[in-house]
Amino acid sequence: MKLGILVNEGPYTHQASDTAYQFATAALEKGHRIYRVFFYHDGVNNATRLTEPPQDDRHIVNRWSKLAEQHGIDLVVCVAAALRRGIKDEILAKGFRISGLGQLVETGIQADRLVVFGD
Amino acid sequence: MLHIVNKSPFERNALDSCLRFGRDGSAVLLIEDGVYAVTRGNIAESRIKAALGQMKIYALRPDLEARGMQDAVIEGVQLVDYGGFVDLVTGHTAVQSWL
Amino acid sequence: MSDLTGGGEMQDESSGIIKKFMFVNRRAPYGTVYALEALEVVLISAAFDQDISMVFLDDGVYELVKGQQTKAIDVKNFSPAYRALEGYDIEKLYVDADSLAARGLTEDNLLVPVEVLSAAQMAELMDQQDVVIGF
Repeated sequence: MKLGILVNEGPYTHQASDTAYQFATAALEKGHRIYRVFFYHDGVNNATRLTEPPQDDRHIVNRWSKLAEQHGIDLVVCVAAALRRGIKDEILAKGFRISGLGQLVETGIQADRLVVFGD
Repeated sequence: MLHIVNKSPFERNALDSCLRFGRDGSAVLLIEDGVYAVTRGNIAESRIKAALGQMKIYALRPDLEARGMQDAVIEGVQLVDYGGFVDLVTGHTAVQSWL
Repeated sequence: MSDLTGGGEMQDESSGIIKKFMFVNRRAPYGTVYALEALEVVLISAAFDQDISMVFLDDGVYELVKGQQTKAIDVKNFSPAYRALEGYDIEKLYVDADSLAARGLTEDNLLVPVEVLSAAQMAELMDQQDVVIGF
């Protein structure tokens, strides 16, 4: 199946981004395709390349970048939510792109299932 | 429909709201802090047991283990890993996350 | 504004697919951003010719209360946007009867016409949906 994922919260403060990542990984292992991961609300904070978490813990942002690169996954950050929170092209991590809310709606239309991870 | 609840019943009313709108044949998956709802002796135990009569209740084992609650699960609740989570999503016609 | 839909290629992307979308609002306005940002999604979704319902449950019913005056908290009052939904052909607004009653509210307190549903009716509606987005 083609699966869409919506991540509504930022890294570390909520488990949402972690759970979404584990779900995505498991789905890929089962042979499903991730149509898009869309980041909304504070979820846009998953896209900044400026994070410096402690070395002995997971690097949430890099993990998404790596997954996107390995599997050709489209990571999209909502432009309006991003601008509100100061997430801009110049600080985006690899694999993420900023686009409109229409991409979320389109994910709902084109994917077989859309799963929301949030607070 | 698959309903997902990720908050503890002590913190939010998401579980209660979810159960109010579940129907026969629905499934509920507890993840993240939501897994506390399926542990023995917790305030939501009777609600979970009542719901088990109507719908299937699942909990994400990795989240129970992370919280040290893996040995305290209410009988009848089925544990799944992330692969099982994926199967639940693809096995139901739609998914609703109660945030 | 043009990039809000994701670029020019967004025209007719639905390629004829029409799905039932339900947007579920369960949080009060102003205390968190979810009510506002949910509305932004709903307004954008109008461009895609889908079958859209907005549902207000639990504290989400507070989003529709009349007479919101935000001057003293210095936050933009976005409640007029609920009245604009009709102009976007988003007319299916449903409110949970129990949530209203539990908050001492009636339809008269709300700033737009809504359909009030019982839990059973709401459950039935939810079960019919293809895509459910909660905020």
